[in-house]
Amino acid sequence: MRVTFRVNGRRQEADDVWEGESLLYVLRERLGLPGSKNACEQGECGSCTVRLDGVPVCACLVAAGQVEGRDVVTVEGLADYAKQRSAGGGCATAACGTSGPGTSLDAARQWESRPTDSATGEGTATSPRATLSPIQQAFIDAGAVQCGFCTPGLLVAADEMLERNPNPSDADIREALSGNLCRCTGYEKILDAVRLAAARQSEGV
Amino acid sequence: MDFLRPAGWEEALAAKAAHPTAVPIAGGTDVMVEINFDHRRPEYLLDLNRIGELGEWEVGEDTVRLGASVPYTRIMEHLRAEMPGLALASHTVASPQIRNRGGVGGNLGTASPAGDAHPALLAAGAEVEVQSVRGSRLIPIDAFYTGVKRNALAPDELIRAIHIKKADGPQQYSKVGTRNAMVIAVCAFGLALHPETRTVRTGIGSAAPTPIRAKAAEEFLNAALDEGGFWDNGKIITPSVAKHFAVLCAAACNPIDDVRGTASYRRHAVGVMARRTLTWTWESYRGTARTTEGAA
Repeated sequence: MRVTFRVNGRRQEADDVWEGESLLYVLRERLGLPGSKNACEQGECGSCTVRLDGVPVCACLVAAGQVEGRDVVTVEGLADYAKQRSAGGGCATAACGTSGPGTSLDAARQWESRPTDSATGEGTATSPRATLSPIQQAFIDAGAVQCGFCTPGLLVAADEMLERNPNPSDADIREALSGNLCRCTGYEKILDAVRLAAARQSEGV
Repeated sequence: MDFLRPAGWEEALAAKAAHPTAVPIAGGTDVMVEINFDHRRPEYLLDLNRIGELGEWEVGEDTVRLGASVPYTRIMEHLRAEMPGLALASHTVASPQIRNRGGVGGNLGTASPAGDAHPALLAAGAEVEVQSVRGSRLIPIDAFYTGVKRNALAPDELIRAIHIKKADGPQQYSKVGTRNAMVIAVCAFGLALHPETRTVRTGIGSAAPTPIRAKAAEEFLNAALDEGGFWDNGKIITPSVAKHFAVLCAAACNPIDDVRGTASYRRHAVGVMARRTLTWTWESYRGTARTTEGAA
């Protein structure tokens, strides 16, 4: 079957989708978005966390056919999503944005897979190169990335929590990330990163 | 495999009537695991995500009519006052990601003895509203679970909503697991005080082939509370009464040894949870009684 939906603000079509296929498989294997990781395939590890109509879910447990006509944000779109949210001062989903979400064609053509300089923080506003979202930058600055496999899911989950709850307590952070496993057990640094992002957010940095 | 995508409830019922083997999928948190692991290859998947009313609820005078697909997250956020036991149970479900998708309808459809919602539904008192093209019926929650992962649904029926009695007193829920998140219950216990009828109801999860009530324990406690005038005098429940209640709750179990725990551990833990939840709810009931008196 064919599934048409929006991913990171762009309309996407996937063809020959098997009826029992998961959203995660469609993202990774059909749309070339391998940021969401495939580990447990049973909702246990959270490494495939994406936002479905704004809500964090495990992409491995969403049937592909269920996303028809809906809006998905993956870790690949997190920087854009965060940028739009701070510009729009609220909802960053494509449904309520009128400014045309996603990456412009020009920007897409100029994109290079070069990491942003972590020393200088996110790239300059004029740079067409994809910059990092505040939560991504905080993960780098706090040393919260080890093997990196759990990172995409944690970023999506943490970003959503900070959107909902700008001043989270440690208990709030632990609860929001309780569905994401890190087998390097780097949880302390991950908590540091989320605290850092929250602090920067409240200071308007 | 065929993916059926009804746009409305009537269409969904028609699809289920035409294809009784179709597996309904809402949050997908049970169904997709089985498909991902190749444990199940249903002929048809019946997607219920596009049926908006399944995600809605109505708070009536005596009951809450909870749409089958209302996610646990919504129950925790919006229905804590009306259904404190179910809200507590919802909070023990898996993780935020899963609670954003899963709902009570799926828990009932799967009818696993370990489903987190069941003890809370049994304790509160509930009826399951099921529908087919033939019509609609309400199944009392006590008659809903018919075996391990079996329920009273006919092949052409779908769960539309759950009618849950609004709390008229304190309710508690307790669950044993190896950690706080992402854990299937080793065993679980729900308890609800019903001061209006002066009764106590219980629900036990993961300690018998189906979720069950500890009926003998309920009868004993109801009689003991009545005899001692506890509902009126608001006294602390006598430790010997609480202890015997716990023993009877443990005796109601019919558990097995499995990877999550032994039968004897489950029996023991159910007794401990019974005593604790009784103490918590009763303390809360006494507190309420005192506040009311003070205010009057």
